[in-house]
Amino acid sequence: MPESSETALLIEHLDVRFGKGDGAVHAVRDVSVTVKRGETFGLVGESGSGKSTVLRAISGLAKDWTGRIAVDGTDLGKARDKAFYEKVQMVFQDPYGSLHPRHTVDRTLGEPGRIHGITDVGARIESILRDVGLGPEFRFRFPHQLSGGQRQRVAIARALMLEPKILLLDEPTSALDVSVQAEILNLLQRLKREFGLTYILVSHDLAVIAHMCDRLAVMNSGRVVEELTADQLRRAEPTDRYTKQLLTASLGYNRATADSLLTFD
Amino acid sequence: MSSASNHTPPSGLAAWLTSETPHSRGHAKCVQLYLGWLSLARNPLAMLGLAIVLILIAAALLAPWIAPYDPISQDLHRRLLPPGTDGNLLGTDELGRDILSRLLYGSRITLYVVALVVVTAPVAGLIVGTVAGYAGGWLDVVLMRLTDIFLAFPRLVLALAFVAALGPGIENAVLAIALTSWPPYARIARAETLTIRNSDFISAIRLQGATAPRIVIGHVMPLCLSSVIVRVTLDMAGIILTAAGLGFLGLGAQPPQPEWGAMISTGRMFILDQWWVAAMPGLAIFTVSLGFNLLGDGLRDALDPRAGR
Repeated sequence: MPESSETALLIEHLDVRFGKGDGAVHAVRDVSVTVKRGETFGLVGESGSGKSTVLRAISGLAKDWTGRIAVDGTDLGKARDKAFYEKVQMVFQDPYGSLHPRHTVDRTLGEPGRIHGITDVGARIESILRDVGLGPEFRFRFPHQLSGGQRQRVAIARALMLEPKILLLDEPTSALDVSVQAEILNLLQRLKREFGLTYILVSHDLAVIAHMCDRLAVMNSGRVVEELTADQLRRAEPTDRYTKQLLTASLGYNRATADSLLTFD
Repeated sequence: MSSASNHTPPSGLAAWLTSETPHSRGHAKCVQLYLGWLSLARNPLAMLGLAIVLILIAAALLAPWIAPYDPISQDLHRRLLPPGTDGNLLGTDELGRDILSRLLYGSRITLYVVALVVVTAPVAGLIVGTVAGYAGGWLDVVLMRLTDIFLAFPRLVLALAFVAALGPGIENAVLAIALTSWPPYARIARAETLTIRNSDFISAIRLQGATAPRIVIGHVMPLCLSSVIVRVTLDMAGIILTAAGLGFLGLGAQPPQPEWGAMISTGRMFILDQWWVAAMPGLAIFTVSLGFNLLGDGLRDALDPRAGR
């Protein structure tokens, strides 16, 4: 897809390596994707396929990348400035590990406001808590007083404190109960409409991807093996052999399928 | 909340202190402190340790009012009286000074040494350890090799060298103890920092654009603090013993200051016939060291973030 004013995020020839010498891991190989403003773009693949690493490279957490990453037409360097963090935020997979255990919800949510000099942080915290479906009574609680779903709502609220345009979602529901998963996904859909967000959603769960995404890229061994629209996925008409296998595997376990699985590299 | 569940439904202040829904930052802090206190209070040995430490503090504060005699005025007619004679509850020493009074005034010196070491060594160790652990790279290497060098010095020998160079006295003894006791805190803080630095909540705050000093001070240090506090209370006994050891060698507090170690040192000359001269300050050192150790053990259980309250 060519670059245009509608492009929120552009990735070209992205390579990410961890470590040096013989022990180096080539986690992402020559990945190029384009995400349009306002769409939800899925990255799907098995564990170790490099999908989370792509997010970490975009967010600046993984530093050893080469290639081109551009947000809103501006190329990103290795170091990120405050303006970038106001545009792009991330929600992590494990809500039990992504909140500081000794900080109240108030402190967790207030910190980005204080870093970026937002005035009236208190009022912003109350409105954002309402937006993610938590009442004001949660404001001064500690993470250990919250359930997994509530914690993930706080993590989403924290990501929204700076009113970003792009949200990177790293398996935001995989650590949650199935019933809570649906609530969080619906919350994300609603927030996307209300705030005009663009999502990049990483998941290994094809059902989540099919429910949330407009388009998706299937990754395996650090490469994008296929780009699909959600409709193509729902109609189960992928062309790549790996995607077909992933789709079969997602339908549930049966011995014949398990025996026929191939290793792709 | 398991801490509150085995109590009868609280009311009034107790309800406010165990509230599940605090109304302000201060309230949330109070609730957390109170729950920490409850878990400490469930440990009888820790409470015994706390009582000993509180008695030490009270003795130091009230020494001029509760000591029956002047700790340094001599009366050679009354020397080496056994405990219980003529109102000398714990007897008198070789210069006729009341041992109880000297112990009470001596608690001031002990507390002074402990306080000075506590405000220097753990703070320095915490800063060095968290900075080294969070920054990594060459800074980590430099700071940790520095720590290794200090760790390699035998504490008492370095203290002797210091006192020899700077002259005997409590301040120099404290300086020597502080200089040799910060490396273990730096090691603990660094080890904790290494486990914290790659966690998601640190990544999250980095993605909010926080600077490294803000992350280290606001996010890493609070999590290292509990293990450092525990280590400090457990080390307290060692600090008191080192100070007493320096006093025993004549390199800490100088006569006629009633320092416990120095008292044992003079009492050693009479240890066979007048056992109480050395035994009483020895008992005081033993009790206070034990008190700090018990408190430290209790704090470890109460503060351990992995214990999961």
